[in-house]
Amino acid sequence: MGATLNSAASGTANYVDERTSIGGFVKFFARKLFPDHWSFMLGEIALYSFIVLLISGVFLTAFFVPSMETVHYEGPFATMHDVEMTKAFESTLVTSFEVPGGLLMRQTHHWSALLFLASIMVHMCRVFFTGAFRKPRELNWLVGFTLMILGLAAGFTGYSLPDDVLSGNGLRIIDGVIKGVPLLGSHISFWLFGGEFPGTALIPRIFTAHILLVPGLILALIALHLFLVFLHKHTQYPGGGRTHRNVVGLPLFPVYTAKAGGFFFVVFGIIALVASVFTINPVWNYGPYDPSPVSAGTQPDWYILFIDGLLRMWPGWLFGLPTEWELWGYTLSLNILIPSVIVPALFFGFIALYPWIESWATGDKGEKHVLDRPRNVPVRTGIGVGMIVFYVILVLEGSNDIVASLFHLSLNDLTIFFQWGIFILPVLAFWITKRLCLGLQRKDRELVLHGHETGTIVRHEHGEYVEVHSPLDDEERWVRVSFDNHKPLEIAPERNDRGVARKGYRWDRFKQRLSRFYYEERIEPVTPEELEAAHHAHSDAPSAHGLADAADAKGANERLDDEWEELDEGATKK
Amino acid sequence: MSAADKNSSPYSDLTSANGHDNPGLPHHRPRRADVDKKAGKRAERQTALLFAISIIGTVIAIWAYFGLDIGDGGDVAAIQQINMWIGIGVFLAMIGIGLGAIHWAKTLMRDHEMVEERHELRSSDEARAGAIQNLKDGAEDSGLAGVERRGLLKGTLITALAIAPLSVLVPQIGNMGGDWNVSKFRHTIWGPGVRLARDPDGALIKASDVTIGSVFHVIPDGLHELDHAAMMNEKAKSVVLLVRLDPKDLTIQQGREDWSFDGIVAYSKICTHVGCPVALYEQQTHHLLCPCHQSTFDVANGAKVVFGPAKRPLPQLPIAVDDDGYIVAQADFDEPIGPSYWDRLKGGDDTAVEEETR
Repeated sequence: MGATLNSAASGTANYVDERTSIGGFVKFFARKLFPDHWSFMLGEIALYSFIVLLISGVFLTAFFVPSMETVHYEGPFATMHDVEMTKAFESTLVTSFEVPGGLLMRQTHHWSALLFLASIMVHMCRVFFTGAFRKPRELNWLVGFTLMILGLAAGFTGYSLPDDVLSGNGLRIIDGVIKGVPLLGSHISFWLFGGEFPGTALIPRIFTAHILLVPGLILALIALHLFLVFLHKHTQYPGGGRTHRNVVGLPLFPVYTAKAGGFFFVVFGIIALVASVFTINPVWNYGPYDPSPVSAGTQPDWYILFIDGLLRMWPGWLFGLPTEWELWGYTLSLNILIPSVIVPALFFGFIALYPWIESWATGDKGEKHVLDRPRNVPVRTGIGVGMIVFYVILVLEGSNDIVASLFHLSLNDLTIFFQWGIFILPVLAFWITKRLCLGLQRKDRELVLHGHETGTIVRHEHGEYVEVHSPLDDEERWVRVSFDNHKPLEIAPERNDRGVARKGYRWDRFKQRLSRFYYEERIEPVTPEELEAAHHAHSDAPSAHGLADAADAKGANERLDDEWEELDEGATKK
Repeated sequence: MSAADKNSSPYSDLTSANGHDNPGLPHHRPRRADVDKKAGKRAERQTALLFAISIIGTVIAIWAYFGLDIGDGGDVAAIQQINMWIGIGVFLAMIGIGLGAIHWAKTLMRDHEMVEERHELRSSDEARAGAIQNLKDGAEDSGLAGVERRGLLKGTLITALAIAPLSVLVPQIGNMGGDWNVSKFRHTIWGPGVRLARDPDGALIKASDVTIGSVFHVIPDGLHELDHAAMMNEKAKSVVLLVRLDPKDLTIQQGREDWSFDGIVAYSKICTHVGCPVALYEQQTHHLLCPCHQSTFDVANGAKVVFGPAKRPLPQLPIAVDDDGYIVAQADFDEPIGPSYWDRLKGGDDTAVEEETR
């Protein structure tokens, strides 16, 4: 049996290899090493929830009718009986109430979309805070960033497809935003909607975008993203034996085939459980789109909240001055343009370009494969936390009515608080985070120099009490002393000896300023000399007594351990 | 090797950092299954059990699909039962495989880490030189570079490539915009004598029905006679809120002295910010609140903005009462309703739309 199977397998392998030379690929990939860390799974969650999206999406396309033709509902869901609606909405009801497994797949699709975007964003944070975007991975950061934007597009188009009253109001907001674009706004709106809002063209159009254009691009970019991961080999956290020139880990086959492959099934399983137990987007309660009604607490899916928050936050009148201008008879709606286009563009632009911004400040041209501990780059970590705070404020403002009623606050006060907070809180968060990082680095120095606190207090003969410290082991020490100690850039002077100004000085000076912002304030790693001196201090300072006492204390600890083990064994024997 | 050497300077001393020696890989600690055969067997049984759970899950999902009673097809509760059981089946089918594979990897597969060298991504100098030479040779062969430069080819090719997409894009974009008549924004089906009707049932409204403090969601009479698509487009522009205030609370706006009737005022329901329906009326404060972005308008004072992101007041619909006592519109809105757009204040019916349709 086994022999037949083996010969069949080798026969197939031979057949394929003679036509593809796949043997070389298998040899290369099968035992490729990947480092192990829980935070490396975040990107996997994004990948797997995308696969679940494809599977559940294919199920849904069999039943969804992307049409804005009107019908009267005659299905089993009583409250919608005889209501006039588009076929898109009707087929959503049919999928939900007449197809066994249909609602399950709708909910699976929606939950995995939320998980897809959430995991992308958390994965981006991991990459950011550990510096995994540094050379040679800048381009892959950009690919991942584009995937995030495409994820937002996929989410929004999908959310709009059922043509319910909530998503319809979302589209109306999009229409309003588009109309706010100077010069071409009303024409772009006509182009998108095929005429006036809402028209009859939109649902088929966004359907094509949702099931073909956007997922096609996402698939292509995922392929590129993973290809680059393979090409670069995965980053690894600092530790003994790990350097920028090696990768320490376990082989793709079998360990990561089992772990990562198994993790896909875990993600799928959990989404299925959530989808079968928790209702999401019950469009049958909202009803089909009608331009007139809207309910209190209207808000989009969470990943769009930040733009909604910006729209809510930017006032129509600022200190008595309008933010919508009428210039020479034309209307410039800054109250729409700034919050919905300019601020998101600046925010996303900064994220996209961040790897280059930091590399200007660092001036390091080497490949970086060992990750940073966030504390060791305090300014980057501070910027990251500042941006998260910025984003979270916008998300909270995007649901300010719900926050206000939940905490019994005045809606207006809350908005005013966020209007000020958006300027103040991210800066405050940056500063606090930076201080915390520097503090943690000082703590690292302290640990390296003086060791762990043991909780053992020793009294010397002359009456002095001291706490015994146990030294760090090699691994613990290495992690704390091996980080990149960047210093502010030194640049060549503006003029050479003959007083001639050189080209590129201004750009250099900008980089130097940036560099000072990043690295002026820093905690130096412990040098071997300091370590040596500290060891001497420990053995000398409290005189020979100290050493002897420490030895005593150590002996006492061992004795206690032994006693404990004896007790433990006694207990198990009984 | 030479290229690698030249560029490996940042890593020249891999075994140390900041003067400290890299201690090397930490000692590998064996797991229980590595040293105890019994523990290994136990892990194998546990893994098999997890895989078995997956098999049971698949059976549950298929049983739920075929075995559970769907009712007469009109039974929402029965479908929901089936959904839940299929979902639980899928959950077990997937999680069993997943946890089984992970448990297997964690207990029985290799966990002793291995080391692989990285190679610098930069190509060798020879490879680079070869690439450049190949490109140069190719450019020379084509005549784009080298002795016999054919500049004319380059120029025409670039122009052709640059404009060729227009042959597809212009018709596509041109067709997608319908009739491109953006001046439709400035008209609604309101006009002289059009009666105000309740949304959604279309019942006409008599002035005597509107008590002080009450609010009516209003559509123009005759809206429902349009076909559905036209009705949606018109409704999106013409919905109105009708409110009656105590006349002494109402500040009549200059030039609009006869636009209201005995404290009854009508305002467009479409927000001047980004176009949500402004549906929440606070009777005590006379404020209208948009639930989307919280623009707040004071109905007692010309629907002017008192809070939020909108800048302009809601457009007012001039109303009167006809001989039969029904509330009617005196005219259409005198300005485009809804969100602002670039040429909102420009032109009449024949707004220059041709230039952008190119």
